[in-house]
Amino acid sequence: MKHVIIGAGPSGVIAAETLRKLDSTSSVIMVGDESEEPYSRMALPYYLTNKIEESGTYLRKDADHYSDKKIDVIRDRVSKIDTKAKSLKLDNHSAIDYDKLLIATGSHPVSPPIDGMELPGIHSCWTLEDGRNIIKRAKPGANVVLMGAGFIGCIILEALALRKVNLTVIEMDDRMVPRMMDQNAGNLIRGWCQNKGVNVLTSTRVDAIEKANGGALKVRLNNGDALDADLVISATGVAANIQFLAGSGLKTDFGVLVNDRLQSNMPDIYAAGDVCQGKDFSTGQYTVQAIQPTAADHGRIAAMNMTGKNMLHQGCVNMNVLDTMGLISSSYGLWMGVDGGESVKRCDNDRYRYLSLQFEDDILIGAQSLGLTQHVGVLHGLIRTKLKLGKWKDNLLKDPTRIMEAYLGTTQAIGHNAGII
Amino acid sequence: MLRSLQIEPEKCTGCLQCEMACSYQAEGVFNPSKSRIKIFAFHHEGRFVPYTCTQCTEAWCMHACPVEAIVINQVTGAKEVVEDICVGCKVCTIACPFGTVNYNQDTAVVQKCDLCGGDPECAKACPTQAITYVASEQGGINRMRAHAAENLPQDNA
Repeated sequence: MKHVIIGAGPSGVIAAETLRKLDSTSSVIMVGDESEEPYSRMALPYYLTNKIEESGTYLRKDADHYSDKKIDVIRDRVSKIDTKAKSLKLDNHSAIDYDKLLIATGSHPVSPPIDGMELPGIHSCWTLEDGRNIIKRAKPGANVVLMGAGFIGCIILEALALRKVNLTVIEMDDRMVPRMMDQNAGNLIRGWCQNKGVNVLTSTRVDAIEKANGGALKVRLNNGDALDADLVISATGVAANIQFLAGSGLKTDFGVLVNDRLQSNMPDIYAAGDVCQGKDFSTGQYTVQAIQPTAADHGRIAAMNMTGKNMLHQGCVNMNVLDTMGLISSSYGLWMGVDGGESVKRCDNDRYRYLSLQFEDDILIGAQSLGLTQHVGVLHGLIRTKLKLGKWKDNLLKDPTRIMEAYLGTTQAIGHNAGII
Repeated sequence: MLRSLQIEPEKCTGCLQCEMACSYQAEGVFNPSKSRIKIFAFHHEGRFVPYTCTQCTEAWCMHACPVEAIVINQVTGAKEVVEDICVGCKVCTIACPFGTVNYNQDTAVVQKCDLCGGDPECAKACPTQAITYVASEQGGINRMRAHAAENLPQDNA
């Protein structure tokens, strides 16, 4: 059996390791189009702040990891898949045959349709190479404009601020992280960042970027203002890497369409991670989540199914955790709630604390938190297990901070409940 | 022989000795907020429940870590945070469905129970043996069965 994986991000690497663990004899080939060791984009902000070296971003730290596991790593780009011949064509014109194929090609940053985006000094923050370029320009005191205050923009924001640049953030939407947090939380994050010296402009758009004197840039905004910039970082969204699949016969939408075994419309081809339009646990809909835990889950489950196991993918809970200059936020599942559901919110805006829980019947379906670092994972657990909270739902409506007690009180053998003393 | 922490909440008096011992072992300070094991209070029922990482086999935190900073201790079976490698991204804190991996803002890395390398201080500090370190096969499964049997007919009432 010959397993081939396209993509060397978290999903691809975890799939390769899982394949090797389950099947010690088959050949496992992983093709990645970046020249680096497989690395984590999640770690790039920490590379920008010098918390880690480049090697600190690597997904696996042992230099011989892949050869020890007999995983062949090929550094090239797949230009085409011939699904009839079950063969991949590489940019160097060689071909690789496969028995089972995993598409884990991830996503790429989308460049907004703005005049001047091709000018030097405008970068995404997506690859290690982007990181190197940003470090060159983001010197202390440099004027930096960050386009986009979504999850990725906000993760970079802290790194840029720590590099002591003069930072302005531009967000089209009316708040920061609009797809992760509600108005109240988004506004609190903005207030927090502004207090720390970052200029945040929401409901604002970049109209054009022009060359200015001395190699600098001029960023023109829709409110008529113009900002000087030594560096512009574009973080306005990502899209799945499916372009190379055109004409292959694989069905795609926002990503590769898969069933609940992460199998595409071609039985020997699977998809995982940012490129995979997989099942969302909360809605049952098939969507591209593009988050690290989902990439890891997909990689493992797809690999198990590739070896002939029949693993049902029950869907991933969409969730994020963010640190904006020391203010930690997280959101889970249907954080915006559902019609006919119930919710509870607690705000302490002066202290930047916020907790919001969403219920359907007596089941937690979504949550948002700001300023909470202890036991936050239980929010994920309560959503994922669809635990019937019974009387603990009423307790949570009175005091939503007692999430751990709700979990323990509902599931654990406590005192007389235990029935064993 | 693999050993696990066995927790018997009915024996817990809520004295927090375990939190103090854990904090001192892990951070060198007596500060319950730094403890990896936590006592949850159920005042209306007069009960206390110690809770910490169960070192689950397919550890969510370990699988979700993007930089291989959570590794298995081959001797104790504990999933341990390698502080020099952890970048502090916190993905494990939301991935762990039990809520037992926490971010420490002072150290800028995450923290979780590591079984103190095979000699857990919480168990030694517990004056009522509510926390013991026992052979894994003696662990919680029988308690979970008893609890499930007790609760099944009542439909989670």
